[in-house]
Amino acid sequence: MGPISNQYISDQEIEQFLEIIFNHYGYDFREYSRAHIKRRILHWLHLQDIPTLQAAQEQIPQDIPLATALIRQFSICVTEMFRDPQFYLKFRQVAIPLLRTIPFIRIWNAGCASGEEVYSLAILLKEEGLYSRCRIYATDFNEMNLALARDGIYKNERMREYSINYRLSGGKEDFSTYYYSQYKAAIMHQNLKQNIVWANHNLVTDWVFNEFDLIICRNVMIYFTRPLRDKVFNLFVASLSPQGILCLGTKESLKFTLVQDQFSILSESEKIYKRKLMHHS
Amino acid sequence: MNITWTKYQAIVMGASAGGLKAIRQLVYALPASFPLPVIIVQHIATDSSLRWITSINNQAIIHVKEANIGEKAQGGIVYFAPPGYHLLVETNCTFTLTLDERVNYARPSIDVLFETATDAWKHKLIGIVLTGSNQDGAYGLSLIKEAGGLAIVQKPEEAESPEMPQAAIRRANPHWILSIQEITDLLITNLVSSPTVN
Repeated sequence: MGPISNQYISDQEIEQFLEIIFNHYGYDFREYSRAHIKRRILHWLHLQDIPTLQAAQEQIPQDIPLATALIRQFSICVTEMFRDPQFYLKFRQVAIPLLRTIPFIRIWNAGCASGEEVYSLAILLKEEGLYSRCRIYATDFNEMNLALARDGIYKNERMREYSINYRLSGGKEDFSTYYYSQYKAAIMHQNLKQNIVWANHNLVTDWVFNEFDLIICRNVMIYFTRPLRDKVFNLFVASLSPQGILCLGTKESLKFTLVQDQFSILSESEKIYKRKLMHHS
Repeated sequence: MNITWTKYQAIVMGASAGGLKAIRQLVYALPASFPLPVIIVQHIATDSSLRWITSINNQAIIHVKEANIGEKAQGGIVYFAPPGYHLLVETNCTFTLTLDERVNYARPSIDVLFETATDAWKHKLIGIVLTGSNQDGAYGLSLIKEAGGLAIVQKPEEAESPEMPQAAIRRANPHWILSIQEITDLLITNLVSSPTVN
């Protein structure tokens, strides 16, 4: 990555730096994967042309643009529409029949990043005839991500790849009917956005804000340490309706977590779970 | 060269074009009791299934698997980065997977593994760069060497694609430039019988 050799930053320095970010800006990255955070910090130092972490540490409390750039570095997530088509295919098979029985479906897409996943979901729900009775809360802790997601404008050049994903995911229409092209941009249709509520929510520092029949949180917790993952799983349990559905990323799992007994498995390979009806004594 | 083989705690390895063949040859020669974790990044299409890992495991004597999030690297196991994800090692020797942007056009990237593994194991790490047609791994191998670890590169003349070994040789000035057979012999001779590991 950058020219800064990574041996020159110690764990303690990183810890101290993250502490300062938390105290001054309220963003808590202390329980993020340290190896990941360190790489992002090194990259950011390189981009900002700051020679040492020490120098950055002195500057950052009073430099809001610098902090914004850092937080942006921590929230970059490369995503795509219908990423892991197998997931969407399985979702149609195992989750849709359950959702069909619910009159008004409340959905939470936690960590929506730049929105590709939430539009994929909206398209799928539309094709299954459920979208009109859904409300999707799409949340992210980064305002810049939320703005991108809300706009729903993507690069035209990626649409070919997305339409292949879409087809593999069990898509039934011509993918190009879901957006219109303008110059080099593909703009998602307004009718996909009408039941989406965009909101700022931080999985690390915020708590329950509603009850949901479906929570989709894919490839967010891969960045978290074990204690933070446990905390977020508890947040999801507290936010799910009885028999609510939870979807995780392909490499994430409820296995060996503290909440695994509270869920039954709808698909092991695609990480689709259903909250068990608990009988309280 | 005076090497204290007993100090080593892990091996990281990277390969690209032509890599699966080279990796199979090397991994199939490892005994089940091989004392160090062997962690491998092989560039491969994201949409390829994990069957190739299963197939290597079926034919290998040593246990071969995909690296899971939070799993601790252990001796006697060969770990592969899952296609489409960067594989990072935490300082407590557990794995992290990320979906960050590609590095050297690759995800998983060899540099990302080598860089974070160096933080975890420092001078107790062995890095090996095999066949490939890009430059991934060259920077990472230089970090391993700088930290006092052991740097090995496959002979470019033998590699199916020589560019990656050549780039690693230029950038890292490795301790050894060897054929796959020689690398295998070197590791087995010096590591398998050593009494103190892990």
